[in-house]
Amino acid sequence: MSKYLPKQSELVKEFEEKPSVLKGDYAGREWWEMPFEFREGNFCFPAKPEVIKDLGFPNPRKWLPTDDDWKLPDGWQKILKDAMKERLKKYRSLKLYLDSCVRCGACADKCHFFLGTGDPKNMPVLRAELVRSVYRNDFPMVEKILKGFAGARKLDEKVLREWYMYFYQCTECRRCSVFCPMGIDTAEITIMVREILQLVGLNNNWILAPVSNCNRTGNHLGIEPHTFVQNIESLVDDIEDVTGVKVNPTFNRKGAEILFITPSGDVFGDPGVYTMMGYLLLFHHIGLDYTISTYASEGGNFGFFTSNDMMKKLNAKMYHEAKRLGVKWILGGECGHMWRVVHQYMDTMNGPADFLEEPVSPVTGTKFTNARATKMVHIAEFTADLIKNGKLRLDPKRNDHLRTTFHDSCNVARGMGMFEEPRYILNKVCNSFHEMPENTIREQTFCCGSGSGINAEEYMEMRMKGGFPRANAVRHVREKHKVDSLVTICAIDRASLPPLMRYWNPGVSVYGLHELVGNALVMEGEKKRTEDLREEPMAGFEDGEEDED
Amino acid sequence: MKKILMPVVAVALLALIPYVGVEYAGLSYLFGVVIPYFAALVLVAGFLFRMVDWLRRPVPFNIVSTTGQEKSLDWIRQDRIESPSKPWHAAIRVLSEVLLFRSLFRNNRAELRKGPDLTYGSHKWLWLGGLAFHWSLLVIVLRHSRFFFLEPGPFFQFLEQADGFLDVTVPAFFMTDALVLAAITFLVLRRIGDAKMRLLSLQTDYFPLFLITGIVVAGIAMRYFAKIDVMPVKDLALGYMKFSFSAPGEIGSLFYVHLFLICVLAVYFPFSKLVHMGAIFISPTRAQLNNSREKRHKNPWNKPIKFRTYAEYEDEYREKMKKANIPVEKE
Repeated sequence: MSKYLPKQSELVKEFEEKPSVLKGDYAGREWWEMPFEFREGNFCFPAKPEVIKDLGFPNPRKWLPTDDDWKLPDGWQKILKDAMKERLKKYRSLKLYLDSCVRCGACADKCHFFLGTGDPKNMPVLRAELVRSVYRNDFPMVEKILKGFAGARKLDEKVLREWYMYFYQCTECRRCSVFCPMGIDTAEITIMVREILQLVGLNNNWILAPVSNCNRTGNHLGIEPHTFVQNIESLVDDIEDVTGVKVNPTFNRKGAEILFITPSGDVFGDPGVYTMMGYLLLFHHIGLDYTISTYASEGGNFGFFTSNDMMKKLNAKMYHEAKRLGVKWILGGECGHMWRVVHQYMDTMNGPADFLEEPVSPVTGTKFTNARATKMVHIAEFTADLIKNGKLRLDPKRNDHLRTTFHDSCNVARGMGMFEEPRYILNKVCNSFHEMPENTIREQTFCCGSGSGINAEEYMEMRMKGGFPRANAVRHVREKHKVDSLVTICAIDRASLPPLMRYWNPGVSVYGLHELVGNALVMEGEKKRTEDLREEPMAGFEDGEEDED
Repeated sequence: MKKILMPVVAVALLALIPYVGVEYAGLSYLFGVVIPYFAALVLVAGFLFRMVDWLRRPVPFNIVSTTGQEKSLDWIRQDRIESPSKPWHAAIRVLSEVLLFRSLFRNNRAELRKGPDLTYGSHKWLWLGGLAFHWSLLVIVLRHSRFFFLEPGPFFQFLEQADGFLDVTVPAFFMTDALVLAAITFLVLRRIGDAKMRLLSLQTDYFPLFLITGIVVAGIAMRYFAKIDVMPVKDLALGYMKFSFSAPGEIGSLFYVHLFLICVLAVYFPFSKLVHMGAIFISPTRAQLNNSREKRHKNPWNKPIKFRTYAEYEDEYREKMKKANIPVEKE
C-alpha cells in the first residue's frame, strides 16, 4: 500500500465524521475564506527541471507545493492575465462559460471530487468561480463597476495556489456539464487554467514526463522501438502458450491496409497487456491486413492536459505515420481521452486526412460513414460490426468465470457518445453482465478519479477519494449481483481502477473489453482452452471435462 | 447574511428613489420619459453588444457534450437529441433547453449515508421552480403588450384571459402574479436553506430575485390595491411606441416605482449573469453537432506546428530498429 494513502478505515472515518458540505455546515463563512493546505498525498509532484527544459516550457526549477516560496517568475500576474486575455479571444466557450453561470447549483453535487472530499471548492460552480472571481476583477469587463457586489478578488499568490490545487482536482470528465442548464463545461475552464499555469512553471511531472517521452520515442512510457516490438512479441508468445495459436503482428510495414494505434499502456502495463492480446487474437481471427507503428506508438495524448499546441504536436504523428506507411485508414484501440482528442480535435488540428480513404471494414464491407472525414474508427465500432455480421466465432461461456459490469469512460461517453457498441460486444462475449445504478453510468458515468493525468502514485489519497463514487457504484453491483469484474474501454481506467478496487472493493478485477473478446474467440487451430488470457482457469473448461464446442 | 441583506437594502433604496422623486420633487418627466428611454437603449444596445461580443469569438473545436448514443453503425439507434448529427437535431436540443430546461430535468441529489454509501435521489424541484419562474415572467411580459398596442392581437387577449381565468378578484386575478412570487420565494429559500447553495450564492444572485420581487409587488399593489388609473399609463406606453417625448399624465407614484425598478433591471441585464438568456442559445456544448469525425470542423487560428517527424525519429533509432528487424527508410 502506498505511503501516500491513509488506511481505508481512516478514510471511512473521515467520510463519516468530518463535516462536509454534503451533510455538514459551514455556517456564516464564505468560500473564499476557507483554508486549504498542500500536504503529502494531495498534490502531484511538479515536473522535473530537465523535463521542462526538454519541452521548452518556462521556469524549470526544483520546488514543491509545500514550499513557502514557489519561485514564480517576475511579473507572473501579468503573464497569467495576458495569457487569459489571449484565450478569451480565441475560445468563445471560455468567455461564454465565464459570463453565463447563474449559480443555480445543479452541478454542485455532481463532481466525483466533491462527493469524495466534501470540499466546497470542488463543486464545479465554485471551481469555475475561482477563476470568475479574478476575471470579474481583473479583466476588461463592465462588471467591474459592481466589484465587491459581484464577488471579485485580486489575483494574488493565494489565489494562484488555489488554482494549482483545484484545477488538478478536476479530471475534465464533463459530468457537471451534463446537468448544467447552460451547458457550461468545467473541462473547458480547467483546460485553459492548466494551460496558463504552465506558463509560470506550475505543472505536473506525471503529465509532462510522458509528454516529453511521447515526443521523443513516440509513446508516453518512453519505450524505444526495439523494446516496443520485443514486448509485443512476448505477448505473442503468451498468446501461443494459452491458445496454441501463433499470431503475427507486423511493425512499420508499408502498404498495410490499416494502421492500428492504441495507448502504450496496452503494450506495457498490467492489465492493459491482456487487452492487447485480445486485439491481436481478433486481428488474427479475421485475417486483418494491419500494422503497428513504433513511431506513432501512442494512442493517448497527455498533450491534451498540457496545452493546445502540445496536444496538436503529439497528435500530428498519427496522420504523419499513416501517410508514410500508405495505409487506407486508422483503427484505434480502447482509450478515453485519446478518443476525445481523435473524435473532437484531430481532424481540426492536423487534418484534412485526404491521403486516407473512407474507412470500410475489409471483412464485412461496412462503411464507417461516421468517420468519413477523420478516417479513424474505434475498435468497439469495428468489433460490434464484425459480431453483428456473424464474422466472429465466439464462445461466451469462456467468460463464465467472470461476473461483469461496465464502466463508461468519461471521454468516450461525454466527448464522443459511444454507449451501445461496447455493451453489445460485452453481451455477446460473456453471459453475466449487470449494469451499475443508472445515475452512475452512460452519460452520468463517474470518473475513475485519476483521469486527465493525475494518475500519480503520490496522489493516491486524492485518487481514492475522487474515485469513491465509482467504487461505491461497483460495490452496489458486487453486493447485489456478485459482480467481480469491472470492464472498461480506457487505458487510464485499466491503470487506475485496480488500486481503486483493491482499496474500496477488494476482489474486483479490472478488464479491457477486448480481453474478454480475446477470451471468447474460438480460434482456428487452437488447443483445448482451459485458461483465460491471464492464465487463470475458466469455469467449466477444467482439464478432463469435455468441451461442448 | 450580509449577502442577502445588502441586495434587499439595495432594492428598497432603489424603490424609494422614484417615489421621492415623483412625490416630492415632481420629477415625473425624468422617471416617466427620460430614464425609460435610456434604460431601453442600454438594454438593447448592451444585449446586442454582449451577443456580438460572444459571436465574434471563434469556436476553434467541436466540443459538443454527448449525452446520448452517437450516430455510428446503421443498426445502432442514435439518440438524435442528446447526440445531434443534423442541424435540426441540435435545434431541438437547444430549444428544449430554452423552453423546457431539459438538462435541469436530469437533476438528482447525492446523499452520503453511513457505510459510506452514496445514493442519488430524483430532485426535480429546481427544474420545476425554474420553469415556473421563467414562464411566469414571460407570460407577464407578454401580457403587458396590452399597454403598448391599441388593439393587442388575439394571442395576447387569449393569454390574458387564460392567465386570469380564475376571476376571483376585481380586476381579474392573474395566476402568474402569484406563481412568480411563489417561485421567487422558493428560489430564494433554496439558496438560504441548503448549505451548498448558501456557500455558492453571491449578492448578484439575490439581487435580481429581489429586484423582480419589487417590480412584481409594485405591479400587484397597483392593480389590486391602489387601483391606479390605467388610461394615462396606457397613453404613456403608446407614446413609447411612437418615440414620443411628451410628458406623462397624472399617475400615482407607485407606478413610477414599478417603472423605475424595471429600468434598473433593464440596465442591469446586459452586464450581469442575466445575459444567460442569450448565452443558452449559443452554448457550444449544446448547439454543436456530434459529427466531428464525419465532417471536418475548421479552426480559424489553426497554424502549422513543428513536430518530431518520422525521419528525425528514425535518425535517432535507426541502428536499434535495424537490429530488431523493423523496416527503415534509410539503410
